[in-house]
Amino acid sequence: MIRAEHIVKSFEGRTVLDDVSVEFETGKTNLIIGRSGSGKTVLLKSLVGLHEVDSGRVMYDDVDFTALGFRERKAIRKDIGMIFQGGALLDSSSVEENVKLPLDLFTSQSEAEKLERVNFCLQRVRLENVNHLYPAELSGGMIKRVAIARAIVLNPKYLFCDEPNSGLDPQTSIVIDNLIHEITREYNITTIINTHDMNSVMEIGEKIVYIHQGRKWWEGTKDEILYADNRELNDFVFASAMAKRAKDAAVSGR
Amino acid sequence: MLKIFELIGRYFILMGKVFSRPEKASIYRRRIIYEMESLGLDSIGLTAIISVFIGAVITLQMCINLDSPFIPRSLVGYATRETMILEFSSTVVALILAGKVGSSIASEIGTMRITEQIDALEIMGVNSASYLILPKIVAGVVFFPFLTILSILIGILGGWMIAYLTGIMIPADYVEGLLMDFRPYSITYSLIKTAVFAYIITSISAFYGYYAKGNSLEVGAASTRAVVVSSVVIMIFNLMLTQILLI
Repeated sequence: MIRAEHIVKSFEGRTVLDDVSVEFETGKTNLIIGRSGSGKTVLLKSLVGLHEVDSGRVMYDDVDFTALGFRERKAIRKDIGMIFQGGALLDSSSVEENVKLPLDLFTSQSEAEKLERVNFCLQRVRLENVNHLYPAELSGGMIKRVAIARAIVLNPKYLFCDEPNSGLDPQTSIVIDNLIHEITREYNITTIINTHDMNSVMEIGEKIVYIHQGRKWWEGTKDEILYADNRELNDFVFASAMAKRAKDAAVSGR
Repeated sequence: MLKIFELIGRYFILMGKVFSRPEKASIYRRRIIYEMESLGLDSIGLTAIISVFIGAVITLQMCINLDSPFIPRSLVGYATRETMILEFSSTVVALILAGKVGSSIASEIGTMRITEQIDALEIMGVNSASYLILPKIVAGVVFFPFLTILSILIGILGGWMIAYLTGIMIPADYVEGLLMDFRPYSITYSLIKTAVFAYIITSISAFYGYYAKGNSLEVGAASTRAVVVSSVVIMIFNLMLTQILLI
């Protein structure tokens, strides 16, 4: 479980997160949604410590992450996997080297054991015969899969995904969504996904937090979102004519 | 003025992170070898080409300008050797490498910053500054002195070749000048300067890359700043080291 308590974050006097408190549940796919510039990426980066919060706390189970120094945070970071928007694979390393890096740094396994684990993770994300390719030789979907493999190679307890579907076609997006959802269930991970893809919300969103103008505006499940009586949320979620019709149909059939 | 102090402060804070205890020595050893190949071996060609031409040009210039019956021809060889050892192979080669290696380091690390590769390392619990920058500094400080030695040898050879090919002077006179009044300390001085310049190039370029933000335009700007600042700092340190080590 990860809990944000009264998070405030500002940049050069501009408040981006204003008193955000939210709890992300273990074994569930938690989604942070919101318009571009609403502060959801800053929230995600504050949760993992890439941004230091101005005030408030981030709790990983019972540990106050915000109160820890760089070396103390290391113990928790080993339990964190993160998938970045562009994949963030190291360009100068092959797929195998990218996935193996956390094992090289934090385990004393033999080379054979590491390779076995790397191959297992790559197969888990349905990638084969790509070990010696470089990121520049991969498609967008493959990059995301390698990023997922790297994120899970140390068996993380917490998985963060920053817009995992950005730049992907709808079919590949569904594959990536399902993969993240399966892994969350399989390893009982606390997964937090930052997205504005409404397909993801409806497919895998078990807990949804809507951020608007740096504040937590709404939270609930994907079923509750259909009937939510929140103007800003509805404007965001049902922005397209098709989505509006789907909502009307759902509400009238209620 | 305040901005300069802030910049210097940030540089030293970054260096503090760079020189903190590495995660795993074996990983760093592998990265140092990779960087030696990338920053050092790949610069041999450029260094060799520039050195052979400069050695030849120095010899030609000396022949033309010291054309007097009162000045022994062997002085041309002596002057070429001293110029190569004292200034060209350390300072000028460092300035050239500041352009080639410096811009490459700044753009590589800058691109890693804007594509979140550095964030990915931080999330893994890796000290990204140390992991990315320390191997480059060590590789530069260890390898660049070899480039200097190579440059001295090739430059002197370039001088001999031009004497031999054009007949502007007798090659034997050139060789006689090369052996005249040789002080081994000059080589030590040149190598010390190169090691310091290598540190300046790698650390300053890495600094500008590490703090790049925004888009590819910003990475380009960071790369340019890295080359300009490295070059200016090299010239300042050249003056200081000459004062300290030779006078």
